Amino acid sequence: MNFDFSDDLKQLRDQSRRFLSERCSPAVVRRSLDGQEVYAADLWREIAEMGWIGAAIPEEFGGAGLGYEGLCVLAEEMGRAVAPVPFASTAYLAAEAILTAGSDAQRREYLPKLADGSLIGCLALSEGSGNPDPAAIQARVVGGRLTGAKWPVADGGIADIAVIVARDEHRQPSLFVASLADVRRRDLTTLDPTRNHARLDFDATPVQPLGSGGWGSVQRVLDRAAILFAFEQVGGADACLRMACEYAQERFAFGRPIGSFQAIKHKLADMYVALELARSNAYYGAWALGADATDLPLAAATARVSATEAFHLASKENIQTHGGVGFTWAVDCHLYYRRSKQLGLTIGSAPFWKHRLVDLLETRNAA
Amino acid sequence: MDFNDTKEEAAFRIEARAFLAANAEPKAGAKPVLRQSGVDQQAVERCKAWQAKKADAGFAGLTWPKRFGGREASPILQVIYNQEEDAFVVPRGLYEIGLGMCIPTMMAYAQPEQLDRYVKPALRGEEVWCQLFSEPAGGSDLAALRTRAERDGDDWVINGQKIWTSGAHLSDFGIIVVRTDPNLPKHEGLTFFFLDMKSPGIDIRPIHQMSGARHFNEVFFTDVRVPDSQRLGAVGQGWKVSLTTLMNERLAVGDVQRPEVDDLLELSRKLRIDGKPAIQNGAVREKIAEWHARSQGLKFTRFRTMTALSKGETPGPENSIHKLVNASKLQDIASYGLDLMGAGGLVIDDDLAEAYAMFQSALLSSPSSRIAGGSDEILRNIIAERVLGMPSDVRVDKGKPFNQVPTGRR
Repeated sequence: MNFDFSDDLKQLRDQSRRFLSERCSPAVVRRSLDGQEVYAADLWREIAEMGWIGAAIPEEFGGAGLGYEGLCVLAEEMGRAVAPVPFASTAYLAAEAILTAGSDAQRREYLPKLADGSLIGCLALSEGSGNPDPAAIQARVVGGRLTGAKWPVADGGIADIAVIVARDEHRQPSLFVASLADVRRRDLTTLDPTRNHARLDFDATPVQPLGSGGWGSVQRVLDRAAILFAFEQVGGADACLRMACEYAQERFAFGRPIGSFQAIKHKLADMYVALELARSNAYYGAWALGADATDLPLAAATARVSATEAFHLASKENIQTHGGVGFTWAVDCHLYYRRSKQLGLTIGSAPFWKHRLVDLLETRNAA
Repeated sequence: MDFNDTKEEAAFRIEARAFLAANAEPKAGAKPVLRQSGVDQQAVERCKAWQAKKADAGFAGLTWPKRFGGREASPILQVIYNQEEDAFVVPRGLYEIGLGMCIPTMMAYAQPEQLDRYVKPALRGEEVWCQLFSEPAGGSDLAALRTRAERDGDDWVINGQKIWTSGAHLSDFGIIVVRTDPNLPKHEGLTFFFLDMKSPGIDIRPIHQMSGARHFNEVFFTDVRVPDSQRLGAVGQGWKVSLTTLMNERLAVGDVQRPEVDDLLELSRKLRIDGKPAIQNGAVREKIAEWHARSQGLKFTRFRTMTALSKGETPGPENSIHKLVNASKLQDIASYGLDLMGAGGLVIDDDLAEAYAMFQSALLSSPSSRIAGGSDEILRNIIAERVLGMPSDVRVDKGKPFNQVPTGRR
């Protein structure tokens, strides 16, 4: 039994944590929160130079070839730092979609530039409210040209290319890839200003099909990304628990640290339990990604359900532990509360993944 | 990451599996073994026969010293044996406390000649041990216990009452913590002994639980004499010795009980809501997904613990999460399964009840799971204080002589 990250990856985790605590301090995150910059472009460049974006991209396509466990380790640290960069959109969604569904030529065209940070990617899936659903896709490709509106698209306002879900010539929801250079875009105001979101209006935009089509290829991208998002959520939840524990030891009320009250202790213990369960499920997901296991979809749904619950709980109870200052703009609790919802809603919210989880249990049972 | 055994672990797994296959019936296909409602005389005989067989084959006390019949094996081998044994129907319930808690405490504090006398018979299951800790006034606040021991020549004379003693009526020996000086503060006046459960003056009365089971006992002590040579640790060091015992408790208690989420899944395929299988109902699906995620989370947390053990690391108090999560999950799944059955869920008769009545029986037994071996609240305190580093609670009894502190129910 060796159900843990290797010493090399633990070293990567420590290094990336140290780097992000210096270069992605709350002050950096707040520049995006306060609208001074759309994303932390300097940080993004440094992350690219260190090879993080292409961690899981094979070396033949310009990646670092660290494997998926390496990308999982980095994802946890990005979540911990509430990093205001298009890491998830580029690495877990666009690059993954091109890697898993694209042709060799498409991989060669896009992956090296995504890996070195010269292209920012995104996934254009949603068309307004509602969870991922093949029946809800209206965007359509006719004669190699895409028409339709996609919103919200995480990092859509800063991305150079998008992987898009649209109906193909046979009205099948499928994956496409396109440059966003000539696409009309509008930045959206959202719950989490530390991540860019946009509305993309495609109007006969030239696109290339990515893979042979069908919703299966879309779901495959979502499944794999769900594991990486789970690691970000675990990182965020861990940061919240640490903040809450620190505050509970420093803050005195009724003549004693509030952490000595059982009402606070039990709250913290519940956060810890949810986090540990989520972490263990995420680890299994990391293994499934690395091994390309047959039960990857079930591992992904399980990790996603667990991590969404853990981060939501930790981010709201962190505010509660802080009391009044917890809901001020100046204290960092809300950065996590916002990010928890951003990560929890993008690529499908908890009910979507719960239903998918049971579908997969039932498929397994029928087999 | 991988889930492979090391060479040594794999060899041991094969050995354990072969022993079990030759000596026990596989669980697959057998009627599920539900939480036992206590161990009757017939079951005692089965337990004794199985334990002797297991000890003779070298699978009991795997981590114990060789001179006591153990293998001095790494704890990971014990986990592997438990995993393998879990696939077979084997009698349980008689030795977990004795071998998991009492004898390890003896090994830490008893004299060498006492160990020569007691350890092997315990390991072979010839002698049964129980643990006499809790009292009516000392549950979560264990150190508030009031049972007195007074020195009389070479003996101590014990008077008082213990409660929640599993298997006292089946036990030959017990370990006990008692108050030897009520003038000292709570934790300082305690002393630890082992004693013969057949000693004159011991009166054992079973407790009838709400589930119908009679697993626990009240044990009354009237002028029970224990020789000073059976003291474990110094006079006044009883609390420290107790902690040794309790450290083992959370590893010993906490098997997964049924119904598990898979049983609920099975049930919701069979029962119907609005003319369709309940598993197609959105609310049912969300509940099942949540419990599945929790179950899997515990399973993989156990894998992380095994990994630590396999590397020779010692798992810490973070193991408290297993019982905390499992006990509530059991109660919630039981209650939800019954909700799906509607009025039919009330029926326990064997010929009519769904799923061997496991949901009904868990409804009634799960409250004890949330309390025995550390209540949910105590487990949360342990996580907060020992894992997360929160300061201990303010104690109004701190430093006060025990006989000036209110205890029990007033």
